[in-house]
Amino acid sequence: MTGSAVLSVRDLHVTYHGSSGAVPAVRGVSLDVHEGETVGVAGESGCGKSTVAMALLRLLPAGTRTDGEILLDGEDVLAMRAGRLRAVRWAGASIVFQGAQHALNPVQRIGDQITEALRVHNIKGTKAGSLLELVGLPTRRADAYPHELSGGQKQRVMIAMALACDPRLLIADEPTTALDVMVQAQVLALLERIQSERGLATIFITHDLSVLSYVADRLVVMYAGRVAEEGPAAAVLDDPQHPYTRALAGAFPTIGDSASRFAPAGLPGDPPDPAAVPPGCAFHPRCPVVIDACPLTDVELRPVGDGDRRAACLLVPTVAGTLS
Amino acid sequence: MTIATAGPSSPRQLAWARRRRSAARFSRQLLSDRAGVAGLAVLVFFVVVALAAPLLVSASELSATAGRGNPDLAPPSAEFPLGTDEIGRSVLAQLIWGARISLFIGVVATLVAVVIGSTVGVTAGFVGGRTERLLMAVDDWFLVIPFLPLAIVLAAVLGSSATTLAVVIGVTSWAGSGRLLRAQVLSVKERLFIERSRALGASGWHIVTRHVLPHTAPLILANAILTVPGAILAESTLAFLGFGDRLQPSWGKMLEGALSSGALTVGAWWYYWPPGLCIVAVVLAFTVVGRALERILDPRLVDRPMSR
Amino acid sequence: MNGADPLLDLAGVEVHFPPRQRGGSVAKAVDGVDLQVRRGEVLALVGESGCGKTTLARAVLGLQPVTAGEIRFGGRPVDRTRAGLRALRRQAQLVFQDPTGSLNPRQTIYEIVAEGPRIHRLPDEQLLVTDALARCGLRPPERFVLRYPHELSGGQRQRVVIAGAMVMSPELLVADEPVSSLDASVRGEILRLLLELVHTQDVTVLVVTHDLGLAWNIADRIAVMYLGRIVEVGPAAEILEAPQHPYTRALLSVVPEAHRMDQEILIGEAPDPTRIPRGCRFNPRCPMLRSGRAEELGVASACQADDVALQPTDHDRAVACHAVHAAASPAAS
Repeated sequence: MTGSAVLSVRDLHVTYHGSSGAVPAVRGVSLDVHEGETVGVAGESGCGKSTVAMALLRLLPAGTRTDGEILLDGEDVLAMRAGRLRAVRWAGASIVFQGAQHALNPVQRIGDQITEALRVHNIKGTKAGSLLELVGLPTRRADAYPHELSGGQKQRVMIAMALACDPRLLIADEPTTALDVMVQAQVLALLERIQSERGLATIFITHDLSVLSYVADRLVVMYAGRVAEEGPAAAVLDDPQHPYTRALAGAFPTIGDSASRFAPAGLPGDPPDPAAVPPGCAFHPRCPVVIDACPLTDVELRPVGDGDRRAACLLVPTVAGTLS
Repeated sequence: MTIATAGPSSPRQLAWARRRRSAARFSRQLLSDRAGVAGLAVLVFFVVVALAAPLLVSASELSATAGRGNPDLAPPSAEFPLGTDEIGRSVLAQLIWGARISLFIGVVATLVAVVIGSTVGVTAGFVGGRTERLLMAVDDWFLVIPFLPLAIVLAAVLGSSATTLAVVIGVTSWAGSGRLLRAQVLSVKERLFIERSRALGASGWHIVTRHVLPHTAPLILANAILTVPGAILAESTLAFLGFGDRLQPSWGKMLEGALSSGALTVGAWWYYWPPGLCIVAVVLAFTVVGRALERILDPRLVDRPMSR
Repeated sequence: MNGADPLLDLAGVEVHFPPRQRGGSVAKAVDGVDLQVRRGEVLALVGESGCGKTTLARAVLGLQPVTAGEIRFGGRPVDRTRAGLRALRRQAQLVFQDPTGSLNPRQTIYEIVAEGPRIHRLPDEQLLVTDALARCGLRPPERFVLRYPHELSGGQRQRVVIAGAMVMSPELLVADEPVSSLDASVRGEILRLLLELVHTQDVTVLVVTHDLGLAWNIADRIAVMYLGRIVEVGPAAEILEAPQHPYTRALLSVVPEAHRMDQEILIGEAPDPTRIPRGCRFNPRCPMLRSGRAEELGVASACQADDVALQPTDHDRAVACHAVHAAASPAAS
């Protein structure tokens, strides 16, 4: 792996407390993001992927219980004081959301909004114009109001603001979901360029596995608040070990692959409700290869092959000596 | 949610069963709203008193000659629990009968206002175009003209029976509801299920009755309840200014009597405090119940997707 | 060409929107579309947002008045009177992108699916509704009729929308991005349902989408739309495996599902229908013009000056591109 882990999450649990009782949204997630690496987190609605993103910077609503360890450059985010946390939120790690386009103040010029972000964090020497150039917008667009920009341009502005404090970690939560294919390709190319230039560690969260096939070095597939499978992106996508990953990969067919022509792939049933996760392996009610033991066994991630990959499925052969 | 386990009945019957269940849920929600329940209790009390007035006090006690032989402006006593007015009539009797007029005018005026307001608002919002501009111009006109002079002129021209008064108040106070409903209809009209209905071949009438009205009905109801106190105050104001029904007592007219007879200056508090308090209590109760309904029925809250 | 009588035949269809402000320009959302949808096929109409594909779909269903051109349904021109539209809407149904928004939250599933039969006063409403629900995979129907939309999952809601359309036994189903708001694992099931309906219910499907993977999954033919015009049309497999129009090629190259291609990211945003460029409407973004390939073929000036129409290339394929036409018949230029 390149460099040390910028972000290291250990056994993260997040539980919401709503009117209908406790909802365990994340149930034990561990992941590492190294310098210059993009880790893709994939999963469907309710799998807990966005909760993970929010938990990383403690942006979850009050009353939410978060356990485990989130180490950002070795410092535990969950143990930080409010002041330190504020500093970390921009300079250590920053977030680009899907709906972030609406986060721009409609009555303020975008240049002023970027400058304000810089001032709040006491950053001198950086100009709004140079940040706009960095994200491929002409400097003169600093005088524009948000409504004068297209969706793709607004997302570029949000990326510029996220980069303003030169963070070590970029958390991108569905950053291209609302965008058109061509604009999505532009934004993805931009993110990739910036990342390689700056050696940023990136977490890229999306429901769209095909986007991750582009950008991610490593892939983490989540289901019902847990990691179902993880490993190098290409290996996971080419040869998924978990039946859920296989189904998810099949949902985005390879054009030209005659197996998927007139044969859309999907799974019966619906993504699980976090308030009522099935017992045993949470995926068993929808699993095409379910066996008798599945509903009874709370299956842990187990190594696949050389050990750089892991999958939480009983059908993955256990490597001798790694399982107690 | 459990699924109805009733025998082989038709979907329509079962749908009714569901509606009954949601009505039960609605009343449960209302009953769990403490302010709403208090308001409702006050309202029930006044409605019962108003309905039972003929049983409680004979109407003859209200005539101008009924007080002959009684002391004028006498303080409360065993015979007259709330004392007497300037011509010796029981204040309590007038208070009880006054509830009838106040509530009657409040409710009828509201019905008139809500019917006009809903018709104008829904038509303007749904039809749009020139019709909308015309209706909203009329609405604006009613919204900005000063209420009292218009109501006084109308009352003077049309006479001052309780019904006329109710109509006058209703006709002059629908403009706010009209605006509100138009806005609501405009937002409902943009919803995708309206387009779906249109794509299925639905007529405008079908869309209004099946989709638009069910989505605005809660707002209409809450708005109606909130219109009642305004109407009651309007009646009191008109009666206080001497434009009330000459023949029937109302709380506003009692206040007018108290003022013109000098009860205020001689400190005959039993004459002006009770009608004043009753007005405040009823107005407050309606407002509180209306707000509670709004909280329960507000489409913005009802249509919110399931909370996580 | 096969398919002697297309179910749907569009000729020169234009939908223009008046300017929003005084002094603005007319938005030509659909600007001269010729397109046939054959009986029993799945035709995917693909393009970026703002290319006019949704407007075209709404025009087909009579939800959007057309400015010019003719739409023929089942061989007869669509009658745009009230009665004519009513008749059309028995035979052509719409499936929306957002199942949650297209279901009235205050109605039960039964009432929602029964809406069509009630509007058109069809007999045996109850039978039709339960049958449609069952055909759309909501089995047993009794379990669903009394529920409200918010009690169902996204996939089930989309099945309800499809059942509400299929209950009318339509000849044409227009599906506007039918799976783009659904979870990935559910998406395939809905697409499979659409394919199944085509095979078992004799319904023809016009699916509007930006998703080329979806087209690969279910479409027999593809029509690519750019700025109000069809720029390429033909069998789905051929277009996806060997696109001819430079726009189709660029679109395909940025789809992650087709990562064997070199990426050709077009600069700029989706084009503006109030300012349609002179000449070929794709010329300001055209990679062929930019790379000098058009110059080599001797069409660069034509690209910037002359409008270009769809012309047949191979069997059953047609493209609107000066360069493709020139390369196909060098003698003609």
